[in-house]
Amino acid sequence: MTHEPARFSILFDPIDAGLELDDREEPAFFADLNLDQVFDAVTGSRREYNLAAFFRSALPTAASVVYRQDVFRDIESGLAEHVAAFAEQMRRARSHLKAAGQRQARYSAAAWVLDAGEIYCAAVIALERALSDFRPSSLGFQRCSAYLAAYVKSQAFQQLANETMRIKRGLGQSGYCVRVRGSRVVVSDYRREPDYSVEVLATFNKFQQRDADSHLVKFTTDFNNHIQERIVELVARLYPELFRSLLSYCETHRAFLDPVVARFDREVEFYLAYLAYIEPLKSAGLSFCYPDVSTSSKEVDAEETFDIALASKLTRENRHVVCNDFRLSQGERIFVVSGPNQGGKTTFARSFGQLHYLASLGCPVPGRRAQLLLCDRIFAHFEKHEVIEDLQGKLQEELLRVREILRDATDSSIVIMNESLASTTAEDSLFLGREVIGRLMELGALGVYVTFIDELSRLGASVVSMVSTVVPDNPAERTFKIERMLADGRAYALAIAKRHGLTHGSIKARIGR
Amino acid sequence: MKVLLMHCDRNFDWQQELPAQAPNLIQDLGLEILFNHMSGGDEFLLQVAQRGVLCSLAEPEAIIYRQQALSDCLAHPEIVRAIYNLTVETLVEKKKIFGWFSQTPEQNLRYAVQVMEVLVRMLKRLRQVALESGTLFHSPAFKRFFAMLLEELGDEYFAIINEHLRRLQFRRGVLISAGLGKGNSAIDIVLRSPLTEKPRWSELIWGPRGRLWFDVHPRDDAGHQALSELQARGVNLVANALTQSTEHVLGFFIQLRAELAFYLGCLNLRTGLNGRGFETSLPEPKPASEPSLSALGLYDPALALVTGGGVVANDLAVAGKELVVITGANQGGKSTFLRSIGLAQLLMQAGMFVPATEFSANVATGVFTHFKREEDKTMTRGKLDEELNRMSQIVDQIRPGGILLCNESFASTNEREGSEIGHQVIGALNEVGVKVLLVTHLFDLSQRFRREAPDGVLFLRAERLADGSRTFKIREGEALPTSHGMDLYDEIFRDGLPAPTAGD
Repeated sequence: MTHEPARFSILFDPIDAGLELDDREEPAFFADLNLDQVFDAVTGSRREYNLAAFFRSALPTAASVVYRQDVFRDIESGLAEHVAAFAEQMRRARSHLKAAGQRQARYSAAAWVLDAGEIYCAAVIALERALSDFRPSSLGFQRCSAYLAAYVKSQAFQQLANETMRIKRGLGQSGYCVRVRGSRVVVSDYRREPDYSVEVLATFNKFQQRDADSHLVKFTTDFNNHIQERIVELVARLYPELFRSLLSYCETHRAFLDPVVARFDREVEFYLAYLAYIEPLKSAGLSFCYPDVSTSSKEVDAEETFDIALASKLTRENRHVVCNDFRLSQGERIFVVSGPNQGGKTTFARSFGQLHYLASLGCPVPGRRAQLLLCDRIFAHFEKHEVIEDLQGKLQEELLRVREILRDATDSSIVIMNESLASTTAEDSLFLGREVIGRLMELGALGVYVTFIDELSRLGASVVSMVSTVVPDNPAERTFKIERMLADGRAYALAIAKRHGLTHGSIKARIGR
Repeated sequence: MKVLLMHCDRNFDWQQELPAQAPNLIQDLGLEILFNHMSGGDEFLLQVAQRGVLCSLAEPEAIIYRQQALSDCLAHPEIVRAIYNLTVETLVEKKKIFGWFSQTPEQNLRYAVQVMEVLVRMLKRLRQVALESGTLFHSPAFKRFFAMLLEELGDEYFAIINEHLRRLQFRRGVLISAGLGKGNSAIDIVLRSPLTEKPRWSELIWGPRGRLWFDVHPRDDAGHQALSELQARGVNLVANALTQSTEHVLGFFIQLRAELAFYLGCLNLRTGLNGRGFETSLPEPKPASEPSLSALGLYDPALALVTGGGVVANDLAVAGKELVVITGANQGGKSTFLRSIGLAQLLMQAGMFVPATEFSANVATGVFTHFKREEDKTMTRGKLDEELNRMSQIVDQIRPGGILLCNESFASTNEREGSEIGHQVIGALNEVGVKVLLVTHLFDLSQRFRREAPDGVLFLRAERLADGSRTFKIREGEALPTSHGMDLYDEIFRDGLPAPTAGD
């Protein structure tokens, strides 16, 4: 007696956490952080798996994040190929089942079901073997491995596999001859008549000086049409028993797909889709890492991080991506980003939010190293650059939203404000900004506040000033570097030194070589 | 069926890459002139001549194999030219057939049948030549070639070809075998040769094999289309086979043409030299293990072809010396002499005749040239970079057993630097087994060689008579210091040197 193998989910631990996700709506901050573009691209070529809901659902606990990170690590350290191959085979199996449904001719339909069964069995067996050879270190794949091991041994699977193989082998050995002359088609058994092309080649082979090019005309489709169906009807009479069992196979096994395997097949696409999306970025030399996440520690930092949506676009255009570092230690809570426009301030704000959200999905995040807060919610307030008809109305509308955010945010939230409350005089903006940042400081939430007002960067110990920089010789050219420094205009001097490799760090590094 | 007129064991590759040093050899040795005379302006002959001359043979046996074939060609040039013309005619005839561009297997097949008919006709003519003239040839290469034609192209063989060409019309329909693939599609479609050609009446009765059949309805257009696709798939393999077969036969003609093209080039070159009154001879190749280099009446064939006369011939005997230093007056024939040695070595290793009454040398692993370029007269650091860069490339390419011809190398800097660099480079090359022939004005350099290895170096000097006139003869003789440098040299170096032999 074999036990019923334990159900599992490759995405969720516990398994039930994944229920009732499917009609989840897109979070409000997706558009502001450009995550809507990112996940559209991630899931784009995989519509059939309906993955969007997974990317809209942040995980609540560090343990569940680690569960996915471990699965990602297993995939990246050797399972990718096997899992992708499995997924590919499952797609083929499904398309064959679909083809079977569209066939009128009984033998043809049955053959498609048989092919689907063969692909499915091979895919399951190959994955089971790959997993047991690989010895996954993630809980997720360990469960998968255990399930598949039991499933492959089950009577139902064994019967399916054996039956499939027997009939498939039989059909594979069912050679036949067709003589075509005019409109008459005669079918007979194959009696090892010699290959005529071999005879022709043999006649002239002695002239051969070098390998010959192929002059075969490529036929892009299989020969399968109503003439072939009529031919097969006659071939069936050459092998009556075999074709009878083909029909009965089709009756018995039409619904062979195991629901747990099917669920795995869908859920594992979450990982493949994300990895496929970041692959070109990695090839372009950008780093991704698995962040340490915590629901309590507010000390966050990241090295060489970047805006994933922008990087994806720049990489496609073969353009350089600028990376940035950030760090909040001890009592530091809020980045106030100021400096020249078009210098990467908004991009910095986005990447801070993206990083935390991607981390909460259990995904590898942009950067060489990162430690992040597993926040309860992310709030984004980005100025909408639409035509402003009524400054007063716009400011009022903004203040209403900011109030909402401040009401709903907790000390575990992340708040990102980009050029907020700027639809008024500088004096007003300073005042409002001071108020809002003050409240955020009181709350203890983490935040990024992008503003053109330098003074806001000097509001206290929990505020960290970040400044966008430009190339000193040519202020029109942006470096897109966001540096931690006082917002007092001295950025240029430091940048000059850096450009010539003469900063304190650069000089040490060069001399120390 | 291999042609084997160039090598005894393999096809001559007339499309091979030229060796890396080829551009330098062509420029420094004046090979362009030789190639022009060999090809007479024919692109193909030029291409073959370049490969034939520059892609050297490595073994004396291989050289002699070609020398013997060349002797046959020199004895019967008209027959060689006739066979060559036959190969050219074949390619022309083939081009005249209107080709189908890979649209359907049937079209490919029809085209291939037509081409094959032309090729068969040409093969028969080639066989006729072998029958009529084969016995006039005595070299192993040509004897084997003609014997092969007679043996392989018999009447029976032509009958088999005809039978195939007939059957490929498929007057009795096609018989194909297939297997069942995805969704019971037809896979592995192969055209079969029927075991027995059944008499027509059996088709009416339908024997046991033919009981399963159907007719496609005359108005079922899609059905008829499917049927012709099935036939096309069946014919595909055999159309490919026959097309490849035509390419094989054609390839034989192309190969034959290329190998004969080399000998045609040799005939042309010899006509050019003889017409200007210059003699050639077949050299005696020695194995690499017997280092030697000797010549009688050696001249520069490129110069001979250009000037048409008045070219000075030189004699030379370099026993086992690794280094030959050639010095002497400007305009004294040193460069010409150096070129003639390089050309003779190359031509010998191409299996050709050489521009000398006698020539013998061991085979080299490669001939290399490092010539001062005419346009490089200014002595700037850039020029030194340029020439040392070339030398560095040579060092990348040359192997032990190679020959390097240096013409005023290391001259684009001052004498002391040039001598020092030259001493380092040439000393090292000699030590790894590279023979160096050096034309130089660097007195300091030649003196250092004389001091260090008096027995390993042969010193030659361009003759300059007392009245200052040149004979263009190169004779054995040590370097002389240039007049203005001698005093200075004596002044500085005399004390530190062993007593000069001249004073004894």
